[in-house]
Amino acid sequence: MSFKALIVILLSGVLVNNYVLRQFLGICPFLGVSKELKNATGMSIAVIFVMVLATAVTWPIQMLLLTPNGLGYLQTVVFILVIAALVQLVEIVLKRFIPALYRALGVYLPLITTNCAVLAVTIANIDKSYTFVESIFNALGSGIGFMLAMVLFAGVRGHIEASDPPESFKGLPIVLVAASILSLSFFGFNGVVENLFG
Amino acid sequence: MKESKLSILTKGIIKENPVLVLVLGTCPTLAVTTQASNAIGMGIAFTFVLICSNIVISLLRNIIPDKVRIPCYITVIAGFVTIIELVMEAYAYSLYEALGIYLSLIVVNCIILGRAEMFANKNKPFASFLDAVGMGIGFTLTLLVMASIREILGSGTWFGMEIPVLKDNNISLMTMAPGGFFVFACLMALVNRITKHRNKRITEYGCDTCPSAASCGKTSCEGCTSAAGEAEKAAVQEGGAVK
Repeated sequence: MSFKALIVILLSGVLVNNYVLRQFLGICPFLGVSKELKNATGMSIAVIFVMVLATAVTWPIQMLLLTPNGLGYLQTVVFILVIAALVQLVEIVLKRFIPALYRALGVYLPLITTNCAVLAVTIANIDKSYTFVESIFNALGSGIGFMLAMVLFAGVRGHIEASDPPESFKGLPIVLVAASILSLSFFGFNGVVENLFG
Repeated sequence: MKESKLSILTKGIIKENPVLVLVLGTCPTLAVTTQASNAIGMGIAFTFVLICSNIVISLLRNIIPDKVRIPCYITVIAGFVTIIELVMEAYAYSLYEALGIYLSLIVVNCIILGRAEMFANKNKPFASFLDAVGMGIGFTLTLLVMASIREILGSGTWFGMEIPVLKDNNISLMTMAPGGFFVFACLMALVNRITKHRNKRITEYGCDTCPSAASCGKTSCEGCTSAAGEAEKAAVQEGGAVK
């Protein structure tokens, strides 16, 4: 496991396999919270935080508890409960010890339990049989990719609000068309990472 | 809340179509609709989980303490998802491969949690069963329509059968991510055009049907542009927090 491999995992998560625009994960917050840049950033930071933390907790659980005991089939149940409990715990800890951070992220934390991107990252790490360090980098990359998509899209949405689409396309449909174009632009990153480091 | 059995069954198909009208569960909708057969597989898996979890949650509705109901719902749902995962892995392996991670992600599908919260914990098991069947059919049909459009235009096939002219002139972009967003946008616009009840939506459904009502605390429903949608609760909650 070289440093280069880690960078490749990180950058693929951010650009090539972007969770929102390429894999359709975390679409709900992507559409709902991207109206303003401030909210988009707040939500994304909370997601990065929880993704890395959830990976750091679920990876050892899978490898040390579930797999050796032949309980692999409990993966889905255990992971979602761990994530839910973790989010709750993070909320309590932040509220108690770092109130400033809690004020910034607090409102987004409860929403993350049902953000499919978080569960997807933890399961994908196991499916791809990453090592612990690789898993952390993958979670970090996916989180940053989520943030990139959110921040970019918040900018795009500012312009959509000001536009005048056909009656039927008002609201979500026109936003989805914009998302489609943004996702198209991410095709430009195909092969970039491999060529850069390969 | 008196609704005829038939209307409970049929409302999920068009009037409260979970995907196009309530805008729930968008992730699997976009991700698995590259092929019509995947859409049917996902639809069946989803409907099974929804029916089972709705019945169980409805039966347990008086036992589950109100404060911890969301974790309880998630556990019930996750249990049924695991069952369908194991069954599919054993008997429909190619489908299991094709659906991949999205099969496990049924757990966090907003529709199922939303129905548990909106319907099953207030209604008798049989009504919940009908509701689940209706919603399941609505979801499956939407997926099938979307997948058909994307497969026919994108690969020139339908359920794997080749279509003569289109096979050589396929728009492969349709099966990729941008095509998914685009077809979804067009379908939603079409539904808007047909029903034209967008504006009625907020007043008609209000916060009671919003799966996010629990966490948003009904602080400000004015900011809620769509009565449902996992994400919208963020916007609402943010609005409330700012105030």
